[in-house]
Amino acid sequence: MTTTTLAVLVPLLPFLGAVAGLLSGRTAPGFVRPLAVLPPLGSLVLAALVAVRQGGGQAVDAHTELTPTGSVPIELALHIDGFAALVAVLVAFVAACVQIYSTGYLRDDPRYPSYAALVSLFTSAMLLVVYSGDLIVLLVGWEVMGICSYFLVGHYWETPEARAASLKAFLVTKLGDVPFLIGLFALATDAGSFRITRVLGAVAGGNLHHPTVVALLLLAGVAGKSAQFPLHTWLPDAMAGPTPVSALIHAATMVAAGVYFIARLLPVFEASSAAMLVLAVMAAVTMAGSGLAALAQDDIKRVLAYSTIGQLGYMTGALAVGDRGAAVFHLLSHGAFKALLFLAAGVIIHAAGTNSLAAMSRMHGLRDRIPDAYWTMTVALLALAAIPPFSGFFSKESVLGTAEHATGGHTAHVPGAAGWIVLVAGMVTALLTAAYATRLWLLAFRGKGAEAPDHGRQPLTMTVVLWVLAVPSLAFGGLAYRSLPGWFDGRDLAPTLLTSILGTGLALVGGLLTYGAWQRTTALAARTPIGAVAAHPEGDAGLVEAEAIATHEPAYGDIAYAPDPADPGRLLLGPLHRAAASGFHLDAVYTALFVRPVQAGARLVRFLDREVVETYVGAAAALPRLLGAAVRRAQTGNVQTYVSALLAGTVVLAVAVLLVATGA
Amino acid sequence: MHLAYPAVLSALLFCTGLYGVLARRNAILVLMSVELMLNAVNLNLVAFDVWLSRTVRETLHSGQALTLFTIAIAAAEIGIGLAIVLAVHRNRGTSDIDKLRDTAERPESEGPDTEGPGSSAAEKAEATA
Repeated sequence: MTTTTLAVLVPLLPFLGAVAGLLSGRTAPGFVRPLAVLPPLGSLVLAALVAVRQGGGQAVDAHTELTPTGSVPIELALHIDGFAALVAVLVAFVAACVQIYSTGYLRDDPRYPSYAALVSLFTSAMLLVVYSGDLIVLLVGWEVMGICSYFLVGHYWETPEARAASLKAFLVTKLGDVPFLIGLFALATDAGSFRITRVLGAVAGGNLHHPTVVALLLLAGVAGKSAQFPLHTWLPDAMAGPTPVSALIHAATMVAAGVYFIARLLPVFEASSAAMLVLAVMAAVTMAGSGLAALAQDDIKRVLAYSTIGQLGYMTGALAVGDRGAAVFHLLSHGAFKALLFLAAGVIIHAAGTNSLAAMSRMHGLRDRIPDAYWTMTVALLALAAIPPFSGFFSKESVLGTAEHATGGHTAHVPGAAGWIVLVAGMVTALLTAAYATRLWLLAFRGKGAEAPDHGRQPLTMTVVLWVLAVPSLAFGGLAYRSLPGWFDGRDLAPTLLTSILGTGLALVGGLLTYGAWQRTTALAARTPIGAVAAHPEGDAGLVEAEAIATHEPAYGDIAYAPDPADPGRLLLGPLHRAAASGFHLDAVYTALFVRPVQAGARLVRFLDREVVETYVGAAAALPRLLGAAVRRAQTGNVQTYVSALLAGTVVLAVAVLLVATGA
Repeated sequence: MHLAYPAVLSALLFCTGLYGVLARRNAILVLMSVELMLNAVNLNLVAFDVWLSRTVRETLHSGQALTLFTIAIAAAEIGIGLAIVLAVHRNRGTSDIDKLRDTAERPESEGPDTEGPGSSAAEKAEATA
């Protein structure tokens, strides 16, 4: 088979799996698991083949036009360069892991068939985005992901949190998608084509007339999808979905799509230095803010959600300093360790019976109950904190190194200010990342107090996946940083000495600070008992998690916050803690700025409709009604009356005709 | 014979019939009055046909032919009419037109439900009796 055929099959396989799963889910439950697991595995094999054949060399391009579509043609096009080939391997890899993990995690879930089918559809849409060489086809995958995330985040739709979170995820990403669509049209109008290769050619030829407007419009869609400030608020709430879905959304699909999109169209953004500066500021605010917020979260998954936002900030930061190689490198290594973090968190939540770090810190012996999750989570957290030689170190250093290089203003198209912004924010975030990673690890695994509840052995499907993911988290960065430039733009991704020492040093400082704070506060834990545990030894992990999420607010008073004096984050953040826990009250700001005006407008419209329009309608109906009442009196039911009226009418008519005929 | 005699006679007959249709209460008498009106028309048809045939040499006597049709149709019509009246009388116990007011438009508040049960029970009793 040619590379093109293989590449077409990569997104097609999960799509067919999803269709078959949706159709046969009820009638043939025995086929659901194979239909869920095999298509992503097949895609993984095919994507790996495509990557080997492409080999980072000449990009594979293929296109066909199904039907003429007016002025700017829309074509089914493939454009597979080194970025696309590698990202597709990551997507298929994480999706396969998530599907295998889900067979254990949602073992007894009644809605598992539709869940598995939607995950497959999600994967297929992301693969379409990755391989597509046409912007409109890319948009199709982009929007399919939006609707899939809506369904999957709302998987536990019995709980109000899940319903609200799924709606929020959908609406916020759509808020970005509207300018995104307009931006795509503007871009295609300037370039005369939706094909990515042609668009890039037009940019290189200087034919892009409004680069700043186009770039900013596209940036809005990317901010919504990739959860960048100020449209990031949906991501922490999306934790109401099952953990494997979070792993999928955060590691490989959805949030990666935005970063990947900028990486593909980076020359368009580089054409406008204002857009690059906006991108840098967005990345910096996102990084630093999410680091602070992650330090204050009580829900283990929300900590990871904010860390995803922060790591995505690194990627957009790398793009802001014009190095898409570093951005996609971080995307790849982050995909591996973030999937591992989420899947391990799922195991922890199942074993502990709670998603609250405060409750876990009052639990003894959790790490002995789940040694697999303990060791793999440790690896992943070290990778997240960018400690050498874990993979996160190399990718993060490549970002920081590029930013440092850009500060001198020597990088083409990149303002020096952008370099400084990204570099400083990246350093601060390195410290914060290490701090919240350490806090998570200490609270989850070094708890003191009552024995952790016994949930029995974790299913093999769940633990094996953790070890499979631990391998790239441990070794990918170190093994790949020399060979990756050949796949990407050819820029060196090796860590530079200065930023490596600075970044690692700050990370160590952050970790040690947190450890010190934890040493001081941990004694308080015994004095303030807190926690609620959902124990279902015979139930599957999904059930435990759904209960844990649903009971967090009644038990602790807030979905993100717990009144726990033993939390080292409280000591470190000081007065900022309360604000950080609620995401710096951004939701409240949005409520005041957007939700309330919209609701007031809706009330006004309702008033106008009910009181004004309906009055006119009622009045218009009143006159015919009166006339009808008058006419109705004539309907006596007596036939003879009717005939008399008929006679009278006839006589009148006859007389009239006679008078007219005689001319009187 | 002058045309005026049958014309006046038929006008009188028609008026008598009309009066009967409008004023009589018994449905059978109303039907009989309808017959009177029909026959007034028949008389007119025959009389004018004769009058016309006097002036025109060749005629098809279509007036008389039409009269035969009218008589045949009137016979059929009266049969059906009487059958309906009989059925109504069996059902309601009366053939008084003033009391057959089911098609009357009532105010919506007091629909057929208000007097429905009582009257329908009475009807049933009458029907079985």
